[in-house]
Amino acid sequence: MKLVTAIIKPFKLDDVRAALSEIGIQGMTITEVRGFGRQKGHTELYRGAEYVVDFLPKIKIELAVDDEMLERTTEAIVESASTARIGDGKIFVCDLEDVIRIRTGETGAQAL
Amino acid sequence: MDGFKRIFLKRYALMTALMLLPALAWGQEADVLDTGDTAWMLTATALVLLMTIPGLALFYGGLVRSKNVLSVLGQCFAITGMASVLWYVIGYGLAFGDGGAFFGTPGDKLFLVGVTADSMTGTIPETVFATFQMTFAVITPALIVGGFAERMKFSSMMLFMAAWLLLVYAPVCHWVWGGGWISTHGALDFAGGTVVHINAGIAALVAALVLGKRRGYPKAQMRPNNLGYTVIGASLLWVGWFGFNAGSALGANGTAGMAMLVTQIASAMAALTWMFVEWIRHGKPSVLGIATGAVAGLVAITPACGVVGPMGAIFIGFAGGFCAFWASTSLKRRFSYDDSLDVFGVHGSAGIIGALLTGVFCAEQFGGAGFGSDEITTIGGQLWAQGIGVVATIIYGGVASYIILKVVGQLTGGLRVNEEDEVLGLDLALHDEQGYNL
Repeated sequence: MKLVTAIIKPFKLDDVRAALSEIGIQGMTITEVRGFGRQKGHTELYRGAEYVVDFLPKIKIELAVDDEMLERTTEAIVESASTARIGDGKIFVCDLEDVIRIRTGETGAQAL
Repeated sequence: MDGFKRIFLKRYALMTALMLLPALAWGQEADVLDTGDTAWMLTATALVLLMTIPGLALFYGGLVRSKNVLSVLGQCFAITGMASVLWYVIGYGLAFGDGGAFFGTPGDKLFLVGVTADSMTGTIPETVFATFQMTFAVITPALIVGGFAERMKFSSMMLFMAAWLLLVYAPVCHWVWGGGWISTHGALDFAGGTVVHINAGIAALVAALVLGKRRGYPKAQMRPNNLGYTVIGASLLWVGWFGFNAGSALGANGTAGMAMLVTQIASAMAALTWMFVEWIRHGKPSVLGIATGAVAGLVAITPACGVVGPMGAIFIGFAGGFCAFWASTSLKRRFSYDDSLDVFGVHGSAGIIGALLTGVFCAEQFGGAGFGSDEITTIGGQLWAQGIGVVATIIYGGVASYIILKVVGQLTGGLRVNEEDEVLGLDLALHDEQGYNL
């Protein structure tokens, strides 16, 4: 099993959610986060006073998938979240040791 | 009120004289109450109070950092209370008591004992006139708050404002509206460009310089906590300003109507001017800029509103918006003073340009109502009179504000909060409260 963590542009969330539902992903967790990559921050201007804001708002999506679903999942995210412009975000993939469904106590792939 | 009436007649000569004709024809010395005038002035008085609370309070409150939002709202509110009470005690007498070129003699106006339900000022009750002027005495010190925002002790602020109201506002008000020396020299200031805006602007600049910059200025991030407040505040200022400007006609008449029209035109023009200048210079029009431009236009038209026509208003609005933009951005950066919320940048600069241009556009060839006195026959002559009013206000207001600040600093052990409190924020440090508990 893999834990997929995707950082995306906030306005792409609905597209990504729809794309993931389409390939059969049944759950995910999202968080509003702030950060920067190559896009850097942005500048705000108040009556001529410039403030550089280092961290831009992004959405972090976390979901756990079976190994065979991994490629389709990342492809779906890349396709739906891409604008081909700087600042589209990144996807991190980690090994996931176990998953437990709290209601039933099921573990592993059955709990996904 | 004799001095006042004389000025009143001279200033708005044509329309006012026509209005007073019936009263004179009856051969009565006593002023006759006009219900239309009185109804309008009751309304205008409420509108001017609306400018300070919540208008100005929100305009300023939105611009500071979230840890100081309550302190600014609280200062505006506290000043509203204090200035009203001081106006009742002695301020009204100092400004509008009969007598001197410099100060009015409080005499029977002390504690307003001579002001009864039957007292008249022109065609309105003196109670209404005194309250109308009270709301001006409220907003002028409140405007200064923006100069030293986010760093002044509350105690120092209250002492400074009390002294400033009586020693700076009241005399300058007397010079211009109470029959004092500026008005007798023919300078025009219909609704308070010198009395209110230059006066407050220069005091705020002096306060900003005496107190010094906020910790970290200009490097640290000092983003406004809620520009929505600021836009609402600017909008309320705009609406309330009709009471301020059209109310300064002291009656429901043609002068008030013209004042209302030119106020709207100048403010709209100034909002657009700031918007386009910023759009061209920085690539995007800012909402804060549009709102600030509107306020600058309102300031600039204030001295002119009863004496210029619509064409004058367009030029004055443009000049006010442009000057305020330049003063709040380029000038402020060049000299690196921390006039936190641009009181001098907006009220001082637009006030000065408005006062001077009043001398140009009051001319009849530009659709104005004419010069300020019979001795003045040219635009140059009127400009000279305007210039004297502006320079006198700047010098007197600047020096007196400086002295008051120094004395208050001695009395309260320093005007500023300590560094720890400044970092913590004035809301918690001075009031044990927070603006936002999200």
